[in-house]
Amino acid sequence: MDTSIWRALIYLAGLLAFAGLNAAYLGWCERKGAARIQRRIGPCEAGWAGLAQPLCDGLKLMSKQLLVPEGVDGIIFRVAPVLAMIPAITSLVVIPFSDNIGARAMELSVLLLFALASLSMIAVLLGGWASGNKYAIISSARAVSQNLAYEIPMLLTVITVVMLSGSMNLREIALDQQGGFWHWNIFRLEHGHFLTMWIAFIVFFICSVAETNRAPFDMAEAESELVAGFMTEYSSMGFGLFMMGEYLNIVIGACLTTTLFLGGWDCPFGLTPGVWWFLIKIYILIFTFIWIRWTYPRTQIYRLLNLSWKILIPFSLANLLITAALIKVF
Amino acid sequence: MTVPIHLRHDETFVLNLGPQHPATHGVLRVKLTMDGEYVVKAEPVLGYVHRMHEKMAEDGTFIQFMPNTARMDYLHALAFNHGYALVVERAAGIEVPERAEYIRVITVELNRIASHLLWWAAFLLDLGGFTPLLYAFDDREKIIDLLERVTGSRLTYSYMRFGGVCNDIDDEFITGTRDFIKRLRSRLPRFYHDLVTHNIILIKRIKDIGLITKEQCRRYGATGPVVRGSGISYDIRKNEPYSVYPEFDFDIPVFDECDSMARYMVRMHEIEQSLRIVEQALDKLPDGPVMGKVPKMLKPEAGDFYAAVETARGSLGHRLVCDGGKNPYRLKLRSPTFSNLSLFGEVAEGMLLADALAFMGSLDLVIPEIDR
Amino acid sequence: MNGYWSDIFTGSKSLVTGLLITAREFFKPVVTEQYPYEVPVMTPRFRGHIELIGNEETGQPNCVVCGMCQRACPSTCISLDGRKAEGGKGKVLTHYTLDFTKCSLCGLCVESCNFNALRFSKDYNLVSFDKNDFIMDMLKRLEEQNRCKQ
Repeated sequence: MDTSIWRALIYLAGLLAFAGLNAAYLGWCERKGAARIQRRIGPCEAGWAGLAQPLCDGLKLMSKQLLVPEGVDGIIFRVAPVLAMIPAITSLVVIPFSDNIGARAMELSVLLLFALASLSMIAVLLGGWASGNKYAIISSARAVSQNLAYEIPMLLTVITVVMLSGSMNLREIALDQQGGFWHWNIFRLEHGHFLTMWIAFIVFFICSVAETNRAPFDMAEAESELVAGFMTEYSSMGFGLFMMGEYLNIVIGACLTTTLFLGGWDCPFGLTPGVWWFLIKIYILIFTFIWIRWTYPRTQIYRLLNLSWKILIPFSLANLLITAALIKVF
Repeated sequence: MTVPIHLRHDETFVLNLGPQHPATHGVLRVKLTMDGEYVVKAEPVLGYVHRMHEKMAEDGTFIQFMPNTARMDYLHALAFNHGYALVVERAAGIEVPERAEYIRVITVELNRIASHLLWWAAFLLDLGGFTPLLYAFDDREKIIDLLERVTGSRLTYSYMRFGGVCNDIDDEFITGTRDFIKRLRSRLPRFYHDLVTHNIILIKRIKDIGLITKEQCRRYGATGPVVRGSGISYDIRKNEPYSVYPEFDFDIPVFDECDSMARYMVRMHEIEQSLRIVEQALDKLPDGPVMGKVPKMLKPEAGDFYAAVETARGSLGHRLVCDGGKNPYRLKLRSPTFSNLSLFGEVAEGMLLADALAFMGSLDLVIPEIDR
Repeated sequence: MNGYWSDIFTGSKSLVTGLLITAREFFKPVVTEQYPYEVPVMTPRFRGHIELIGNEETGQPNCVVCGMCQRACPSTCISLDGRKAEGGKGKVLTHYTLDFTKCSLCGLCVESCNFNALRFSKDYNLVSFDKNDFIMDMLKRLEEQNRCKQ
């Protein structure tokens, strides 16, 4: 009994620390990465190499006045940023960082993660609608249609992985892929799955970029068109919470991709699995998110929906059918 | 994508693409009546940057207007300098030495390349690609450094005088320009075309957006890359030649597709052609004075004079009415962007908001030039 | 439907090419100048605000108070005054003010001077909280420059 209370408290503190550090320092990573791609130095004045920059930004945001404009819906306006953070932090509970580091290995973890992702989409909708600003409403409408369109191919590819591993428990999916990179779901050399699983990986990766509203799919916060989209009316920590929620969603997306396709905490040659491999993999994926953002322009809303409905869904359906057929045959 | 959908006009709302907006390049207000995301009516409202330049021309002598010319279109300021110098030289009958003409052409074409690079950077910024801005500014910085060596200013040049230019160019400028031409030619295929022009996201974003027919161009009096992207081959440098342009061998890029992609390609090809002109001008540069014979106090005879030059945005016209005194009686500027912007109201109807903004970006607007 | 597969193929190729270009740029050195640690050197023709040129030996300004610069300025920034020189003809400069809040750095004053009395300075670091700091007294500036030379 005692051990379980201590365990819960340690995990609570650990996950909150992980979430907080990531939310703050991913902003630093993004700015430095963007700067290097653009052949300049990013933040370099605040602290050594700009490492105190997130602290300064956080202090600045906290010291600003929390403006609530007049025509807003009072409760929803204040609740929306909090609602954006909750699913991200809660999702960390089911992610298996390593063989023996994982807060709770639930039987239906995959379902839980997708339910929470939909909850964060509602936060965007509420935030934009409650602002009472025409730009914000346009942007939330775009965000909702985008998120809806991209959940479908995401779920289809995840079903493929669940069929391969036979369980919705993220820990079991990761355990199924242990032993070297040829066992990982992206390659999956047995039974001929390697023909189509890499397509599933690419589809899933594109969908997670779209789900987290990152460029090139960031119509919701299209800076040059709609000022700041659904976040226009938010100041101080309301804005801060939306930004942190977005970065945490990126972390969750990377963790999910790693667990489902890249073998979780497994070493590529099966030698010394451990939590450090997990962290390396998620940070490589996060760097890819940043890399993609600063390379491409934004897509148009109907092109985005075309991409989802006409390209990603047929490919993931085909993948599903082929995987099911291969499982049945072998 | 212009969709002929049945728009219910009773459910529209008015969105102000206000005077303060990241995508309107300058202080432009567009009153958009929108139905959801579709633009039902677009009405540009101008005049936020009106500084009465034409009235200032009447208050001072002819040479005192020269700094004003650079402040109107600050991106291609040397062409504005050139246009004004041309009209006063026509009025007063001043001869310009050959070396000065060649220097004028070299600096104007370098400035044209800088203006197109900035247009490219700002266009992509509107579309959401932040990195090409910095790659273009890297090249633009080289041009601005070269022009600073010669003129002393970086953006608003007051370099040309009646009868020539005020400073001569030196050998370092010539070698620097040749190095720059080589550098830009090597960077264009990778950073501009591979990264952006061939990018599927960009192609899908600007192909078939903002179709301007030839008849619409004629009705609104549009000029410049806007009409050259719609199939009309008209460039003041070839059709009404001035200065030493007839001596150079260059092409006018014309595309027939009439969409934003065509205008984009016209400007990218114009960068190439300008590099060709600068190269030929450097090869043929004669020796001699850079300033002709000009009386101390310029008093042209009374009359009505007009001169047109080709800027990066279109045909710029100066109309000068002199009455024999030392101040101009009236100076009227025909701004190319004003006519180009008028197309926006008609063409943007039925477009999605993001497409309308992409179309506005492809028109290459500089608002201070419209408002003067 | 006919463009479907070719779109996917050429599209993916262009996307990957773009990523590789930015990846290569990631490892190249920065092109920016780290001001204020690295200060740029101004070119000889750089246009800072104007300043008086002093005589090599005496340090007195070359200006003969003809007023050409005042007349040439489109923005009426220059105001100058002189008094009769003792024992000789001509005027001596007593007062030369440049109102830099209106100056557009056109250079017409420098060009109109026939006595080599004006040139552009290389000052670009001008900042102040007070507007009056930009109503510059050129004679005082010349005196300070002479003192620094000694």
